[in-house]
Amino acid sequence: MKKDGRSYLGVEVKRPRVAFFELSSCEGCQLQILNNEATLFSFLSLVEIVNFREAISSRSDEYDIAFVEGSVTRADEVERLKRIRKRAGVLVALGSCACFGGVNQLKNRFDDLEWVKREVYGDHSVETMETQPLSAFVEVDLSIYGCPVKKEEVEEIVTNLVLGKSVDHPRYPVCMECTAKGNTCLFEIGEPCLGPITRAGCDSWCPDNRMGCWGCRGVADEANIPQFREVIRKHNIPEDVMLDRMECFGGFRHILAEMKEQDEKGQME
Amino acid sequence: MKLSCDISVKRLTRVEGHGNIEICIKDGLVEKASWDVVETPRFFEAMLVGKRYENAPYISGRICGICSIGHTLASIRAVERAFGMTPTSQTEKLRLLLKHMETLQSHILHLYFLAAPDFLNAGSVLELIEPHPDEVQRAARIKLLANDGADLIGGRRLHPTRTVVGGFTMLPDRSALAALERRLQAVIPDLKQAAELFASFTIPNFSRDTEWVSLKGEKGYPFIGGQIISSDGVVKEEDEYLAMTNEYMVDHSTSKWSRLSRESMAVGALARVNNNFSFLHPLAGETAALFGLTGISHNPYMNNIAQLVECVHVVEDSIHLIGELLGSPWQDPRQGVTVREGKGVGAVEVPRGILYHYYSFDSNGRIIKADCVIPTSQNNANIHYDLHELATVMADQGKDDMEIRLLAEMLVRAYDPCISCSVH
Repeated sequence: MKKDGRSYLGVEVKRPRVAFFELSSCEGCQLQILNNEATLFSFLSLVEIVNFREAISSRSDEYDIAFVEGSVTRADEVERLKRIRKRAGVLVALGSCACFGGVNQLKNRFDDLEWVKREVYGDHSVETMETQPLSAFVEVDLSIYGCPVKKEEVEEIVTNLVLGKSVDHPRYPVCMECTAKGNTCLFEIGEPCLGPITRAGCDSWCPDNRMGCWGCRGVADEANIPQFREVIRKHNIPEDVMLDRMECFGGFRHILAEMKEQDEKGQME
Repeated sequence: MKLSCDISVKRLTRVEGHGNIEICIKDGLVEKASWDVVETPRFFEAMLVGKRYENAPYISGRICGICSIGHTLASIRAVERAFGMTPTSQTEKLRLLLKHMETLQSHILHLYFLAAPDFLNAGSVLELIEPHPDEVQRAARIKLLANDGADLIGGRRLHPTRTVVGGFTMLPDRSALAALERRLQAVIPDLKQAAELFASFTIPNFSRDTEWVSLKGEKGYPFIGGQIISSDGVVKEEDEYLAMTNEYMVDHSTSKWSRLSRESMAVGALARVNNNFSFLHPLAGETAALFGLTGISHNPYMNNIAQLVECVHVVEDSIHLIGELLGSPWQDPRQGVTVREGKGVGAVEVPRGILYHYYSFDSNGRIIKADCVIPTSQNNANIHYDLHELATVMADQGKDDMEIRLLAEMLVRAYDPCISCSVH
């Protein structure tokens, strides 16, 4: 890291070399960083950006922190990711595709990958593999959840990284953030919502806009799944609507598997 | 001495997604000039199969991080047309206003952050902060306004939260809408300054006769739905989008290619201005005239200018729309949805050209088949053949490697390709 005389509360602050990379993704999480016009340029002065292909022409292979957006869907991406891991001191999974596979992992629900290819490309040969999050191939030091990531959260996390503070995610669900604001519960107006079981930190971004939560940040540590299933039954929300949402980003993968196992056990008994 | 050069640009910078440029000239003859898309496919059309209808806009909006609003609106339109729904006038106006905010933010992002550095001998907008602080601040200011407007109408600038089949989950605050109108009025001088900046640039003098494809203006400059036209005289209905796009695969691209009457065609801001110039609002028309963009232009670099003209147009149109919205009380934000078996097409002019979504549904409202045709995939062939023509002209003029490389990169950037979108 470069030392160039910056300080925060009298303590010298280093200016890390930061690189951004994207695998299979919409590049929206990187755009979120450019989307914060009000603080963009002061944020950019906090770090030295050495790789940001979408915005900057120069490139460098020397960096301290690598932000990787997107999921892994092709063999060359595995190699790219491993090269990035070797060079980066800190590797950050940026957004739900990188953390869980994101919407891209929806293709995994078809057992036949050949069918998936044919459905889009016909007989033309195209290379792809089962969609995986970064952690399937390399060690990930830090995850920033969300589809898209919330720019304020990214800036806070980067600031903490630069200052050497630890980064903690809330253990409670989105529902807590939403309730604290006094929002009308979306279940009361018949709107499906995964808020009770999804990891908080987005500040109930979607429910604030009366769009029920789709679970993009993955399952909350303190989620009570059986109670949640009770609640949606009570509100007459079809379970398949909830299942569509729970499989949308890949952050409930193990929960869905457990639910399926339990339901099958229940049926046998 | 005859020119020979080998240019290979891997993962071109300052564009969305992953594409390569390859140019090989030997003894003054172009042996190869190619636009290769290497982006990984994500298979959205397959992902959607079996999903309930409300998943379509939510998931397919995530095809693109820049034009997620456009995708969401095209998807919703396709679903609503399949179910035989007609949006209310209020919903139509709010959707158009939301789309204008996306057009403004996307064009400004492209013009200042991606394209302008080339004209100012810089590698990125960061290098422009010191020598051109006012210009960079201006770009940030216009972009912020557009993004704030998108937040206000759509709930979120990226992957919107309020846009659903049937309308909106909730409506914007009326006083915030009035404040947005004031900010839009105040941004007009900024856009005039932007036009002065771009008027100071040397736009490369290069043309290749092209077939321009866009929606057809009826009462106004077209953005959502209606007939599709080409400058070669083709006219088709929205439902006939396949006949307008004719997608096919080539070996050197994971993105599909399109053609219409010729070996290639082009969509986007320049296609829209070329085909619908008479529908531009007054200030937008004046801006176009400033650059001589009043008849059909076949210079692909002029797409930058066409985007600038559209920035002015959407600001004028947004002011008009807000006036109409505030002129009557709010109606219900959202109409009920009755699913039925059927199929529907949604055609929407997004920043980079016409975007089509198509779905067919079973009687439970689950998707049987999905198809998305992306603007950049409609432009790929034209970019490819433009590069060949550019290389030929450059070889004749005996330009050096660096100059050809820069002009080739600028050519691709002028199309503002959205590559991950095109592969989806």
